[in-house]
Amino acid sequence: MNVSQSAAVRADVHSLASDDDADRWLRRIEQFLYMEARLQDMHAYDEWADLWTDDAIYWIPANGSDSDPERQMSIVYDNRSRINIRIAQLKTGRRHTQTPRSELARLISNVELVAREGDEFQVRANVLIYEDNLRGETLWAARNEYRLRLVDGHFRLARKKINLVNSHKPIYTLSFLV
Amino acid sequence: MSPTAACRERSELDIDYRTLIEPTRVHSSLYYSDAVFAQELERIWHRTWVYVGHISEVPNRNDYVTKSIGPTPVLLVHDRHGEITLLQNKCPHRGNQLCAYQQGNRSTFTCPYHSWTFANSGELIGLAFADGYEGVDKSAFSLGRVPRVGIYRGFVFGSFAEEGPSLEEYLGGAKDSLDQLLDNSPTGEIEVTAGFLQHRAKANWKFLVENETDGYHPGFVHGSIFQVAESPVGGLYKPESQALTRDFGNGHTEFDLRPEWRRIGKPMHWFGRADPSRFPGYVSSMESAHGVERAREIMIDGTPHIMIFPNLFIAEIQMFVIQPTAVDETIQHVTALQFKGAPDINRRLRQQTMGSVGPAGLLLADDTEMYERNHRGARINNPEWLTLSRGLSREHRDDRGYRIGHATDEVPQRGIWRHYLNLMTA
Repeated sequence: MNVSQSAAVRADVHSLASDDDADRWLRRIEQFLYMEARLQDMHAYDEWADLWTDDAIYWIPANGSDSDPERQMSIVYDNRSRINIRIAQLKTGRRHTQTPRSELARLISNVELVAREGDEFQVRANVLIYEDNLRGETLWAARNEYRLRLVDGHFRLARKKINLVNSHKPIYTLSFLV
Repeated sequence: MSPTAACRERSELDIDYRTLIEPTRVHSSLYYSDAVFAQELERIWHRTWVYVGHISEVPNRNDYVTKSIGPTPVLLVHDRHGEITLLQNKCPHRGNQLCAYQQGNRSTFTCPYHSWTFANSGELIGLAFADGYEGVDKSAFSLGRVPRVGIYRGFVFGSFAEEGPSLEEYLGGAKDSLDQLLDNSPTGEIEVTAGFLQHRAKANWKFLVENETDGYHPGFVHGSIFQVAESPVGGLYKPESQALTRDFGNGHTEFDLRPEWRRIGKPMHWFGRADPSRFPGYVSSMESAHGVERAREIMIDGTPHIMIFPNLFIAEIQMFVIQPTAVDETIQHVTALQFKGAPDINRRLRQQTMGSVGPAGLLLADDTEMYERNHRGARINNPEWLTLSRGLSREHRDDRGYRIGHATDEVPQRGIWRHYLNLMTA
């Protein structure tokens, strides 16, 4: 991010009605992200799929965080329909890379409310995921960017971009919900 | 014993490959022995033709991209003279990694350690503090280069052997499959411009090479995705399929899917049952390039599924480059093929590829799970031998003399090991 962009971010956050208001929203957002993390760690596939909006984009770029997903290969670049296929495959019980399932625990931290535009909230957070599976133990780290949308008073995931710190390197299979 | 010989001692252990490779079975140790891996680097990866990259990755003069031949990094350079050159990424002074970037455009490379500067064609052109090097012949300090570069219709291969068969001799019948691929592009060219996913597997490279033309596994390993997503692929690998496995010799093997696509007889059916009317630009440019009738034949036949030994796998719409980095670690570099001059089809090529391959791929994550389980299994000592006998009794020759069999037969794997034995005992 360049200097003028970070100035814009500060201005956006300050456009929230008051610091108290921003703190209340941030608290709700954190609770939502922790809930999503728990559903992922527990492989609660249907509950996790229900968090997404119909126009969702679930994106894990490759080769850095600034690639154009409409021109360049991404590790994941799912719309709602492909999220549904991914979930349906996991639920067959024959998605071998998740049979047996990975054991997971993840930490979400550094949660920042970047901006609010109407019912949509731009959020950033860092995540560390510890995975244990048949191969062994793997540590994953990412800087996540979210667009959360309030639908009937509840947050939904409209967009989630997972910037793996090692997306430009060879990485092991990543078949659990990130 | 000379210092060089001492370093090589481990790889010169007397391994009698004839006792480890039989026509229908191979010994498990070939997948996990460090000594075997060291000899494979010498006798396969640093001797035969190995695929490196595609000319569309370095379209402009002075473009370069970092690639590899086995574990060895090489720079694929479109050099200042307009030539395609393969340089070793090592400063001849102190061995420092010369270029630390994945790709770029520059006419020279300067080592960050003592600032030696090289032309991108390999010659040393600048020494820092040159007064300490009076009388030194700069030409003795050129960058190492891969001695032979071969290009077949844009596919760039390198060989560390100074002499040997030409690239076209080496490819043999596999050339026809590359031609079949390029026929599907209205310009006769593909582009490798979508960037690579890099998928790391804790497994020996040969498990990957063998699996690429194993038609016995898809119904089982990929049953989960065939169950939940519409795909014509599952039917190719059933007992009633008319698709073939073929062994071209030199380790190159393929699935020939054309008998099935011709039986169905619909243009672009091979491409996820695509409806040609949704790609009018592509269809009309194919008809302009080939004529209506020939274009229809090409679009019915589709693209090939071929494993060019030891590391280039064209899987209909994707390119995989297989890179061994250790006896038990292999990187799959994979990207969507892009047809030059066919923008309306390229997005779907990318979308379909992204869904299928790479670390989160709906197909390849499961293949890779199998590779890793294969590798762990190989280390278990009983039974010692792994078997490759499927379809032996129905293996026969096609009209060009290549061995063929049913889509689910182990004709390709027997062919790969026949070639492997030749290389390791040459």
